This record gives sequence, C-alpha cells and structure tokens, in this order.
Amino acid sequence: MAALATGGWTPSDGATSFQRKVPASSRLAAIAGTRPSVRHGQLLLSSGLPSLDCVLGGGLAVGTLLLIEEDKYGIYSNLLFKYFLAEGIVCGHNLFVASAKEDPADILKELPAPLFDDVHKKQVDEKETAIKSKQESQESMKIAWRYQNLPRIEVSPAASARFGHYYDGSKTVSPELLQSTKWHRFFLPEEKSLHPEIKTCNMTCGYTRLLQSIQRIIYQEGFDGSYPQKKQKNILRIGIQSLGSVLWGDDICCADNPEDIYSLTKFLYVLRGLLRMSLSACIITVPAHLIQNKAIMERVTNLSDTVVGLESFIGSERETNPLYKDYQGLIHVHQIPRLNSLICDVSGTKDLAFRLKRKLFTIERLHLPPDLSDTVSRSSKQDLAESTKLLSSGCGAMAIGKKHLDF
Amino acid sequence: MFVELNELLNASPEKPEQGKLTLLRDTKTDGSFLVHHFLSFYLKAGCKVCFVALLQSFSHYNIIAQKLGVSLTAAKERGQLVFLEGLKSCFDVLFGEEQHVGQTNPLRFVSEDGSNLKTMYEFVRTSLMASGSDSWKCPVLLVDDLSVLLSLGVRPVDVLDFIHYCRVAVCSQLKGNIVVLVHSNDDSEDEENELVVNSLCHQSNLILWAEGLATGFCKDVHGQLKIIQKGSSELKAERNLLQIYQYKIQDKNVTFFARGMSAAVL
Repeated sequence: MAALATGGWTPSDGATSFQRKVPASSRLAAIAGTRPSVRHGQLLLSSGLPSLDCVLGGGLAVGTLLLIEEDKYGIYSNLLFKYFLAEGIVCGHNLFVASAKEDPADILKELPAPLFDDVHKKQVDEKETAIKSKQESQESMKIAWRYQNLPRIEVSPAASARFGHYYDGSKTVSPELLQSTKWHRFFLPEEKSLHPEIKTCNMTCGYTRLLQSIQRIIYQEGFDGSYPQKKQKNILRIGIQSLGSVLWGDDICCADNPEDIYSLTKFLYVLRGLLRMSLSACIITVPAHLIQNKAIMERVTNLSDTVVGLESFIGSERETNPLYKDYQGLIHVHQIPRLNSLICDVSGTKDLAFRLKRKLFTIERLHLPPDLSDTVSRSSKQDLAESTKLLSSGCGAMAIGKKHLDF
Repeated sequence: MFVELNELLNASPEKPEQGKLTLLRDTKTDGSFLVHHFLSFYLKAGCKVCFVALLQSFSHYNIIAQKLGVSLTAAKERGQLVFLEGLKSCFDVLFGEEQHVGQTNPLRFVSEDGSNLKTMYEFVRTSLMASGSDSWKCPVLLVDDLSVLLSLGVRPVDVLDFIHYCRVAVCSQLKGNIVVLVHSNDDSEDEENELVVNSLCHQSNLILWAEGLATGFCKDVHGQLKIIQKGSSELKAERNLLQIYQYKIQDKNVTFFARGMSAAVL
C-alpha cells in the first residue's frame, strides 16, 4: 500500500490479452461509427438504439431515409429523434438539425448523455483508474487466489469504437462533447427573416428552403465527394423534426382537402436523390396521425426507405389493459429497404413493443403475460383475446383471413 | 433472369415476343424482383433497352444485375442500355446550372408547373430509335415505378397519355415491348393511382401481380404471384389465362412453386 502511495510504481499498459491490435492503415480507411453490412456490403450506421438496429437488420444504411410516424403526442418519436442525433455526437459525425418549432440549439442541449462516457477522459486518468482497480482486485483475491496472476479483463467497453451506444435519458449531454461536434442548423422562422427571397420551385417554400440548405451543406462540406483531397471522410446525420406539420407551411395535417398534396412527396423525392449521392443519412418524424388523406401517407411510404410507426398507449384504452402493462407502446415496422440485393434482413417478429424504464428505452418482442389467475374468468379471457386480434401480423395487414389457410 | 419464371411464362431469351405491354403490379409487398428479372432477360436476349429508373440509383441495379449474370456498365458502354437515373436528373433540374440543364432534361416537369411528360417521351423515343449501326433485336422500354410520377405532381391523365404515346412508338411502330411497374392496394385510398393501375390492366397483354400472403408474414413463402395472360384474339373473346404461384426470394434466384408446395411444408 505504501509503495502505491508514493507513486513509484510504473504503470503498465492497460491493454489486456483480449484486445486485438488493429493495424493503423485500416483504421484510417473506415469511417468512425459505421460498419459494413454482411448482406449487401453497404455501410451501416447505428440509429442510436441498439434494439432498433436489430429490428432494422443491423442498422441504418448510409444514403437512406428513416421515416418515423409520430405517436399521438410526439413524445416517443422525439426520443428516437434525439437518440439518432446523440449517436452522431458520440461517433463524431456531423449533424444537420432542422426544425420549424424548436430552435436547433435547444434540441441539441437536451440530447441524452451516453451511458459509458469515457470519450473525454484523459489517457492518464483512464490508466490510473485501471491501475487502482487492478490493485483493489489483487488485494481482494483471498479466495480465488489461483486467478491472482491472470490479467484483468476490461468490463467497460471501449468508447466510441463500438457500434451502437446506450443513453441515459435522465442526464443531458455534456457541453464539452457538444462543442467538439460540428453541426449545422436550419430553423424555419429565422431562415425566413434572413433570406426573404428564394427561387421558387413549385413546392411549399419551407421545403424549398430546407432542400437548398441541405444541398448547400452537402456541397460545401464535401459529403458528396466533391473534395477528394479531404483525408478523413465523415457522415452527415440529418434530422428533420415534424415534417408536414402546419409550421412548415403545409396544410396536409389540418385540411381534409389540402391545397397542394404534392409538396411533401416532391420534397421526399428530391431528398432521396440528395441522400443517395452523398455520405449521409436522414431521420424525419412525420405527424402521420394528423394527415387525413391516407393516400399521401401511402405515397410517402413508397418514397422512403425505412418506415417505422410508433403507437403509444397514452390516453387509449390499452393503457389499462393487462396485456400491455409492461410496455408504453407498440412499434410497427412498415417497410425495410432492399438495397443492392433482392432480399432484406427482415426480423421474424412482427409484434414489437417498446418500454421506457428509468434510463433505457428498449424495443422488445411483445409477448402475452402468463395467465396466473386462480379461476378462469370468462370476461378477462375475452378481453385478452380481443386485444390479441388487434396485433398486426406482418405485411402491414391485419389477419383478416384468419380461417383462410394458404398452405 | 429467373429460369423458373421463364418456364412459367413460356418465354425464352432466344426469341422474345414483340409488341407486348407487360404490367408488373405489387400489393403489400415489393415487386421489384420482377423488374430485375425483365431487365436481365431482355439484355441477355440482345434487345436494346431503355430503362427509366425513377426510384433507385444505378449502382443498386448494377449490383443486383451482376448477381443475375449481366453487367449494366458493359451494356451501357456498348450502347445496348440507355439508363435514365431519375434521382440524378431531378437533382440536375433543381440545383444544376441553367445552361447545362437545357431543354431536354426528361424530368423537367418537376420544376415547372407540371404535368407535361412530353420531354420524357421524346427521350424514350430518341433512345429507342434504331440507328443504322445497331444490330439489336426489338427495343424495350422498362419503367421502374410509374406510381412515383403521380407523387411528383403529374396528373393521372398525363401518365396514361405518356404510356399511350410510348405504346404507339415502341410497340406498334418499332415492334418492341414495354414493361411497367406500378404499386396498388385493394383498400388503397389513393384514387389516382388506382385509376392508372386499372386502366393499364385493361391495356396490357400480360399482368404479373405480386401479392403478400393474406395470412401474414412467412419466412419461407414471401408472396404469391398471379400471372394473367390476356386472350390473344379479341374477336373470338378468349378467356384470360390465370395462374397462381407462390414464390420465395433468395440471394440470386427466386423459386416458384404451386400453392402449398413450399419446400418448408413438404
């Protein structure tokens, strides 16, 4: 103990025998926070939620669009939006945040902090804590003394070299981490005052401005490969909040017969072109429950790559249903893209629910709770049966043909 | 191209049919595997193909075509394939320089008040017109996703006009084929789309309808394919021939089997 206190002990390298030494050249070639997909060789990004990554077949492909149909009060879709941006901060990607109702700086301040936040710990600190814990473990091995001389296994994962992180919903991201991120903003009320004149494009002008802004950033920062001499490529994560709502100048959410039903679909088409030709990925939340004209949502789904719908139980009769007592809502995966391949990695489970515990937001397979009642009461069984009928059964369609067996 | 599908359709790359309009329809599932089939089929048959790809990038089709045994870049270089990449053209129209865009960009209608598909028709006609040095067989027009045009603000009447003009030029004048993919849904609220799809159903000679199973998702059977061949002679009022098969999509191939005869069940 005395020897430790004097600090005369030379610290050994914290690497254990389980860490593989990766050659430096391959590290430069790969972009941080991405990994290639096994199926189609495309670069995949994490969406911020490891459980959502599993559902989407490994992650979100670079160059694609993730569309989230908001739940009734927009609470959980906002969470997914924030996790996506927080993942970008932890991986060191560039961000582009667009909103018509909240200032992007405020959105960024409220992002959740990663659970294993040792990105900014200094090298010395890391080694010191590793040493101290080593010493403590050496001290405490009175029973398992055979294992005394084995190297200590690192339990906490290496920082941002991992794909997919967990976030602590109760804490916000540290300002130092925010400052080290390069991000761009688009706040519609401020754009209107800064640049009153724009070239018209036959779209709602909020969308036109947003497209021009995105295209300008992609071109200037070289995400489309226009500056080949840039050493380190990076990903641009675009987040657009509540697209299609009234604040963007579009009336599809508030009118039964909107004036211009093509603005949103044209915007999505041009955005698709921009994403495909650059190293970027985009998340958009759309208040789908407010759009009366369902034809628009069908077209929007066809023009997006990945479409995920959230259905929260707040305010509905399912909140008190014993079937759903552990969960806060359901997740419907309406579409997964088939990129560079005839097939896609679609998961076998179609009944997915999400739950928000104290810190973690997880997506799990929905399973029926066991029927532990002593007496078999007819009424409770019927309630459960009714609820199970409402579960979607794949292909986005209800199981209408229950008696119809294909084979 | 999928060998089993060729057998079901009684088609072979040696002697492709001429003057036909084939409609590819999908409901509740993704029917784009049929587009890849016809693209590689006609390229292997030695036909000149004009591919209007509105929804995906060139590399997507190229990678899948390579798995099916055809190289799209090689076909483009030898002049057999004319590829219109809708996403890139649209980007050029909106963000490109004025003088580069010119008057001939096929997707010019996006920026104008638009519903005029005339430039797109001109593009198709000039690319499929036989030039003297060509030795290709019948020309083929392939459209991936006509429903996207409706999303871009084109009226259904104009879409049908475009198909009509293309049929006149490609099917009857040049004795070629047209293959078109549309999305549809039984309980869809998109009336414009249903109008276009119904009209095309009446005009086409062959309909390939890929549907998702009514009973839901299955890992071994990905969907059901209905093949409807219109009676060849209208005077004799022959019936349409209807065949139903189920299919499973694999990495490089699609297997077709009769209903209930999936390998997983047997």
